[in-house]
Amino acid sequence: MKNHLHTLKGAVVLALGLAAVSATAQAAGEQYFPLQSYRVGPYAAGGTGFFGGFIDYLQYVNTKEGGVNGVKLSWSECETEYVVEKGVECYERLKKGLNGAPAAATNPLSVGIAYATLERSTADKLPLITINHGRTDSTDGSVFPYVFPLQLNPYSEVSAIINYIGQKSGGLAKLKGKKIAVLYHGSPYGKETNPILELLSKKYGFQLVSLEVPHPGNEQQSQWLTIRQQKTDWVILRGWGVMNPVALKTAQKTGYPADHIIGNIWSNSEEDAAPAGAAAKGFISITTHPSGTQFPVLQGIKKTVLDAGKGNLADAKRFGTVYYNLGVVNGILNVEAVRLAQAKFGKKPLTGEQVRWGFEHLRFDDKRLKEVGALGLLQPLQLSCTDHEGGGAVRFQQWDGQQWKVISPWVQADRKLLRPIIEDSSHKYAKEKGITPRDCSKES
Amino acid sequence: MFYQESGQFSTRYRQDGRALRLWQQRAALWALLALAFGLLPLIGNDYWFSAILIPFLVLSLAGLGLNVLTGYAGQLSLGSAAFMAVGAFASYNLQLRLPGLPLLLSFVAGGVVAAAVGVVFGLPSLRIKGFYLLVATLAAQFFVEWLLTKFAWFSNGNESGVISAPPLLVAGHDFGSPAGRYLLTLIVVLPLFVLTANLVRSSLGRNWMAVRDMDTAAAVIGIPILRTKLLAFAISSFILGVAGSLWAFTYLGTVEPHGFDLSRSFQVLFIIILGGMGSILGNFLGAAFIVLLPIVLSILSSTYLSGLLPAGQLENLQKIIFGVLIILFLIKEPEGLARLWQSWRARTRLWPLRF
Repeated sequence: MKNHLHTLKGAVVLALGLAAVSATAQAAGEQYFPLQSYRVGPYAAGGTGFFGGFIDYLQYVNTKEGGVNGVKLSWSECETEYVVEKGVECYERLKKGLNGAPAAATNPLSVGIAYATLERSTADKLPLITINHGRTDSTDGSVFPYVFPLQLNPYSEVSAIINYIGQKSGGLAKLKGKKIAVLYHGSPYGKETNPILELLSKKYGFQLVSLEVPHPGNEQQSQWLTIRQQKTDWVILRGWGVMNPVALKTAQKTGYPADHIIGNIWSNSEEDAAPAGAAAKGFISITTHPSGTQFPVLQGIKKTVLDAGKGNLADAKRFGTVYYNLGVVNGILNVEAVRLAQAKFGKKPLTGEQVRWGFEHLRFDDKRLKEVGALGLLQPLQLSCTDHEGGGAVRFQQWDGQQWKVISPWVQADRKLLRPIIEDSSHKYAKEKGITPRDCSKES
Repeated sequence: MFYQESGQFSTRYRQDGRALRLWQQRAALWALLALAFGLLPLIGNDYWFSAILIPFLVLSLAGLGLNVLTGYAGQLSLGSAAFMAVGAFASYNLQLRLPGLPLLLSFVAGGVVAAAVGVVFGLPSLRIKGFYLLVATLAAQFFVEWLLTKFAWFSNGNESGVISAPPLLVAGHDFGSPAGRYLLTLIVVLPLFVLTANLVRSSLGRNWMAVRDMDTAAAVIGIPILRTKLLAFAISSFILGVAGSLWAFTYLGTVEPHGFDLSRSFQVLFIIILGGMGSILGNFLGAAFIVLLPIVLSILSSTYLSGLLPAGQLENLQKIIFGVLIILFLIKEPEGLARLWQSWRARTRLWPLRF
């Protein structure tokens, strides 16, 4: 048995030693992306799609242009299973870069992991990207210099949904006296937007019916009966995973029309609608990016990566789905930040601190979107020191039984209204942590 | 051969009552302490502190907490994570609402609150045993998680129920850096281990073991069952509560109630099953097994196999290997890793003769 323990110890020492040795083998001139991915566990559908798209885009930039200005992109994965501690371990393992290639940014795609690595990445000067999710108040870049809830934070999400319902009803003034139910997942993520919905209901005079669905959400009979009895005009679905198809099925059972249910950003994928079968037909949801393969950038990925047999997806049918395209969008934003930072700091591998500058100066107008082949896939956005979100607009899409069809132009959130709330929250955080906010007027 | 009792005699009662009776053991302990306090902070890097040493220490402490209750007093529990959560949220709220409260004191106070909750949920143990008690502690697990999620007051009005650590200041020193957080964890964990190691050798500890081995007989010889069981619950929950505070404050820096769910309770239970029930050393061994082995497997596979298999399959392969190792260990030694150590000791005493 003594030998057993020795072998184990030997293996540990050997592994760490080898890892250390391989880390010193220089890979000069590369920019590294640490990927805290999740391909197993309950949320694997989201993880495989998102990281598949992200990796394929990096691969595409490497094959098409030999990297960014000749700086090759490299990456390696570490499995988190969406578990916070594993995510922290992966973050610590990968943050130093790979073979001498410095890390550009971390993209955990998990609220819990983002929360747990928020202070670490700020201390380590490594941008933390929480695309379409994360801490809403991290939109305030003066307090959170290294955190970027790109495109859409949770508050903007519900605000845009209410604006859309207003449009459908013939103007926001018509919302008075309407009844809107919100059916939310019983978790931190699900509850995050409740105060904002209450605020909006006071402002526009609609009645809010808040209904919680306990995790995992495979039993929703009573909630939908309440929705029926209350004769609500609209239902906002803030679901996650299995809760979404169950909601659609139960709605059909209780006779609530699917085209008056609006899914949020985590209730908007093919994996959410398809399992509900016919019950999902007509279901509306928001998206920051349409699904589909017609965009030039996706065609490019197909030609240079997928057809060359280098694609990351295990199931090629998922090419162009919502999660995959989110990964591509995330890749475009990350690579653009590196490109911008290179224009300022030189065409070489950059540190996280330098890439952060790139993220803070991200700017996509229609012209630039055309250049990267993502017009219509990505919304026009502009970031700054005070604004780490940048877009705050969504489009609405409807499930036709087979696929999502985009049914609206970009609908903007009421960001002016939300800004003071975000600042209240970020200043409270700054006070708690003893942070002095940056003076954004001094930032170049 | 070099590590045996021969030639070491006790000439005083005090010497006879020592926890570590051999000079070799004492020397090893001092060497370990010198390593932990002196060398590691100097040579360790962020990764070792944040991803390996801190979780290892915190989970060892959690294992110790459950070991008091299950390993020594024989009361089965699946509520460990609930008591950790109570400790974490109590320390957080005390820090928040009593400005100027010293950090270490808030850890202790969090432990005391957890102990009180532990006693409440320990009451059924006076009437029920074994699996039925397990279900009662399961109730604690679900109730606490629900309570902390339901009422935003516990997380200072944060709708998402997430709490984040206050600045880690002890006596004016900032322990916020990875090395600092490791040292802070060490200063909290070690005294608790020393205290508990002595506690289980005291009359209370012997009472626990008597209750564990046969509570009817224990009652007949005059051991106060009620007090003994409830003290086991209180002390166990106190230790778990402190472990929970450390988990939230020094390890992750932020935590939500869901972070202390049933799977965490199982994790703590596996630590003591693998490490050894009713052993102090076993908690360290079990925690090392549970924390380090998956990381070692993951590093090995990403170093050598990353190109060969898709990432998802690689992860599942690691899970299979980890599971097989657990099964092998438990077949080899059902009483856990600490027992392996003891049997190895017994062999070396006889070496070079056959065992």
